[in-house]
Amino acid sequence: MADKNQTKKSAASSGTGKARQGETLKKVFRHLGRYRIFVVFSLFLAAVSVALTLYIPKLTGVAVDHIVGAGNVDIQGAVRVMVRIGICTLITALAQWLMNVCNNKMTYQVVQDIRNEAFRKIEILPLKYIDGHPYGEVVSRVISDVDQFADGLLMGFTQLFTGVATIIGTFGFMLSVNVKITFVVVLITPVSFLVANFIAKRTFSMFRLQSEIRGEQTGLVDEMIGNQKVVQAFGRGKAVTEQFDDINRRLGKAYLKATFFSSITNPSTRFVNSLVYTGVGIAGAFAVVNGSLSVGQLSSFLSYANQYTKPFNEISGVVTEFQNAVACARRIFDLIEEEPQAPEDGDAMELKEVRGNVSAEGVCFSYVPEQDLIRDFNLTVRPGQKIAIVGPTGCGKTTLINLLMRFYDVDAGSIAVEHTDIRRMTRRSLRAGYGMVLQDTWLKTGTIRDNITMGRPDASDEEVEAAARASHIHSYIKRLPDGYDTWITEDGNGLSQGQKQLLCIARVMLCRPPMLILDEATSSIDTRTELKIQDAFAKLMEGRTTFIVAHRLSTIREADVILVMKDGRIVEQGDHESLLAQGGFYRHLYESQFAHSARESA
Amino acid sequence: MRSLLVYLKDYKKESVLAPLFKMLEASFELLVPLVMASVIDVGIARADRPYIIRMCLVLIALGLVGLVCSITAQYFSAKAASGFGTGVRHALFAHIQGLTYSQMDRMGSSTLITRMTSDINQMQSGVNLVLRLFLRSPFIVFGAMVMAFTVDVPSAFIFVVVIPVLSVIVFGIMLLTMPLYRKVQSRLDRVLLATRENLSGVRVIRAFNKEPEERRRFEKENQMLTDAQKFVGRISGLMNPLTYVTVNGGIIALIYVGAVRVDIGDLTQGEVVALINYMSQILVELVKLANLIITVTKAAACGRRVESVLAVAPDMENGSRKWEGADPAVEFVHVSLAYPGAAADSLSDITFRAKKGQTIGVIGGTGSGKSSLVSLIPRFYDASGGSIWICGHDIREYDIEDLRSHIGVVPQKAVLFKGTIGENLRWGNPDASEEELEHALAVSQAKEFVDKKPGRLDFPVEQGGRNLSGGQKQRLTIARALVRKPDILILDDSASALDFATDAALRRSIRSLEGGPVVFIVSQRASSVQEADQIIVLDDGLAAGVGTHEELLASCPAYQEIYYSQFPKEASVNG
Repeated sequence: MADKNQTKKSAASSGTGKARQGETLKKVFRHLGRYRIFVVFSLFLAAVSVALTLYIPKLTGVAVDHIVGAGNVDIQGAVRVMVRIGICTLITALAQWLMNVCNNKMTYQVVQDIRNEAFRKIEILPLKYIDGHPYGEVVSRVISDVDQFADGLLMGFTQLFTGVATIIGTFGFMLSVNVKITFVVVLITPVSFLVANFIAKRTFSMFRLQSEIRGEQTGLVDEMIGNQKVVQAFGRGKAVTEQFDDINRRLGKAYLKATFFSSITNPSTRFVNSLVYTGVGIAGAFAVVNGSLSVGQLSSFLSYANQYTKPFNEISGVVTEFQNAVACARRIFDLIEEEPQAPEDGDAMELKEVRGNVSAEGVCFSYVPEQDLIRDFNLTVRPGQKIAIVGPTGCGKTTLINLLMRFYDVDAGSIAVEHTDIRRMTRRSLRAGYGMVLQDTWLKTGTIRDNITMGRPDASDEEVEAAARASHIHSYIKRLPDGYDTWITEDGNGLSQGQKQLLCIARVMLCRPPMLILDEATSSIDTRTELKIQDAFAKLMEGRTTFIVAHRLSTIREADVILVMKDGRIVEQGDHESLLAQGGFYRHLYESQFAHSARESA
Repeated sequence: MRSLLVYLKDYKKESVLAPLFKMLEASFELLVPLVMASVIDVGIARADRPYIIRMCLVLIALGLVGLVCSITAQYFSAKAASGFGTGVRHALFAHIQGLTYSQMDRMGSSTLITRMTSDINQMQSGVNLVLRLFLRSPFIVFGAMVMAFTVDVPSAFIFVVVIPVLSVIVFGIMLLTMPLYRKVQSRLDRVLLATRENLSGVRVIRAFNKEPEERRRFEKENQMLTDAQKFVGRISGLMNPLTYVTVNGGIIALIYVGAVRVDIGDLTQGEVVALINYMSQILVELVKLANLIITVTKAAACGRRVESVLAVAPDMENGSRKWEGADPAVEFVHVSLAYPGAAADSLSDITFRAKKGQTIGVIGGTGSGKSSLVSLIPRFYDASGGSIWICGHDIREYDIEDLRSHIGVVPQKAVLFKGTIGENLRWGNPDASEEELEHALAVSQAKEFVDKKPGRLDFPVEQGGRNLSGGQKQRLTIARALVRKPDILILDDSASALDFATDAALRRSIRSLEGGPVVFIVSQRASSVQEADQIIVLDDGLAAGVGTHEELLASCPAYQEIYYSQFPKEASVNG
């Protein structure tokens, strides 16, 4: 699977990085398309608010020119300008707010759409992908990558636009007031941009060092605190703390360096701004003295000078965030465009009236191409038969379940239920035919009842209780403060491993599907409880085709067919007696448990 | 938060100087509009070019001094924050090392890890920001007002009105949106949960054909998230327009009052420009202040979380007795154990005695208290009733660290650490020789697979032992415990991932260990404990029977039940 991913990636990235970026952007725009009216509206409002925001300092300048000195004040004129300032302010405020609403709307809608799309893909991704990627990685694509994408890309667009508009607008307004002074501003301003860039480049490696050390420290903390009990049992507290302190000291130094040098940026750009301000002051004052500028115009110029530098600094921030956002978007789209599981044929049949005929013919399968696991595997199961799958830990017993449930597709050969290839029926109907209890118990967040009724949401309370009783979990549930309505979380905290497994059994007890798959179904249940549910299981298995994966040879001795697995392969197949007589791996397994204990007790 | 300020103690100088230099910078900044005003009123009015140039040189000088002050302040605050973070991190880590098992149970390691990492990072940025801005921003806001008063008292009253109005808008919106942002966060968490569940539970969800339902659930959660985001966005989006209106309102008022006062000669044109400049400065700083307050609130919340861990006092009293080299013996006298907060006892009235060289089997169902029983021996927990005697002395008399150094524990969950196999084994005894390590590997049946690993003892183990199988990990954890040549060895269901043959070989080699340690074997398998000298059968925290296999098989119904459930055939033969 890794290989396939790689080829896919390299094929896609064979174009230049820029082309990839453009491709990603195109996809973003496609998602934005549904909301294009908001985009247009938002851009229009941004233009309005920028224009008016810039117009106001000019008006203020005009107002100042109306109040030259004692006895030389045109109050009427000033009031007229004030009214205009007031109107402009109100319109600007309204435009700003509406723009905000538009941006919010389209940002969050796009984010919602993308998340839904990503989730829909997750639901149809092949198990191969899900097994091959850490959950955290996929989750972080759906959660944090989408968030960063929203922050960076969509907000970035508007900021970029208002930023550029402000720069151009300010430039225009300044030109309209005085050309020479404008050039003073235009010449000095980029210096702040350069200074900020210069510092950012120098500090980049410091930040990288800091985050590397931080990662190292988090790794140690995660490992040591996560296993605090072992650390204590071996009295390693002091040694570990020393190790920690060493990293901590390095982190402190790296933090100081990165933080200090990066924090020079603001004062430096402020200083450059003050140079601009002073430059405008000198040039402006001289111009006023020469009579080519009014005091009011000088005051507008001073505020323009202040405003002009800001978008430059903002834009440099936006560009970095923008690149980051594109990278995030790419990760999301990679997930969304991941190849889904093989689609079902249009005429895929519904598996109905399952009697329990299962057969495998010439099945070959492997997770990775170089290492074939199952080769030419044949099996015929008649209704009601019990198939035991045995072998040492990690021998790949779950592989068979993956194939039976069609979590994975066979590479060659076929598996059939009721004489129909399972690839020719709907996954839904095939899976509904099986009841499955897995080794790693999984409970969903919700009430205990929600968990039991997963397979049959319409079950009555009596049926739920009956299933729980049959799984010997009813009395425990009854003792919980909220009984069946007790809320449990993903890892089922508060429940022991055994209790979780009992709940999973109750889940299947309630559905009573025609065929069963039990993977180490009782490994975490103490033997006494296990004994108690044996008869419940026996009743459930009666007349049902059952596949059992188990460690305990004693529980599967009565199976009709035993599949013995080793290193992922099926090495032997037969019933208990014939396999013992064969004297192969099964006999070895059997003897290591039974012959040994028989000798001891003798 | 307050108690954490101790960690700034060594940085008193920096913590005082940083804000002071910031304030200095701010005061220079506040002088700028005044200088500009005199440029207009004196320089321009008198057409005095040298004066204008002088004043502009003053402006540059102000900027330079401001730059120097500011960089100095940044250095001091970064230094203080760095020292603070390092100090708190060390203190918390060391403190966690001293927590007892029951405290760890109560808090859970994942919260402790978050506190160790992201909480402290946030606090560190908080400290840095506070030192830099907490004095500066209010100083500029109120400084601007004070400066306005020095320019013209009646005009300054406009500031007296505008500043509170701005504060109400900025802080009001902040207060209003903070809980809403928390709501957004919690809805995001639910979206995250739904995503996570559909990955971790993919087999069950697909087996039960729950995909359409899960999709509906996700879309519902996602919709709720979007709604919350839009709502809070609409409110926080009011901040900019409202403050803009307020400040421009203030400017309009300033122009009006200015016009009137200039007309009667109480004010100059340059001073009006200066007042307008002060008004614009206020807005910028107020917004900064609001952001600062958000950061500080977050940092304070993080601080409280860190503090609450640091406030946990050790709940176990250490003793002073050292291990005396006596023959190991363990005795329980009417011992009971109730975990804090649990409704019922996990163990009650357990009495037994184990002598040198004996093997004690502990068997019982899930949750019957097997692990609880053995975890009392290294004093991971204190018994809530009865007493435990090690070599004839009450366990509470011992120095805990010394006591534990004589006990080899193999926990249920096989945990290995990043490092080589050798380094992992030396956790048991840092001074162990190569031969001792090899011996431990042989006894624990790990030799066979270690031999196949490239580099053998130098084979690198990844974090958590990810690159080893469950059975391999278990055998290495057993070897680790053996390396310390323990007087008491505890195997807490630590052979569950081993196949029966390896399990049996392991037990045989442990029985022949030299030095005659007391060995405790906890298991669910009757075959693992049946050759023990004594078997303790636990049922719901009570000892349902103590004795040898034969005795128990004859007299103990609970044991019979366990045994026959695993060996049905023998039942007919023996019974």
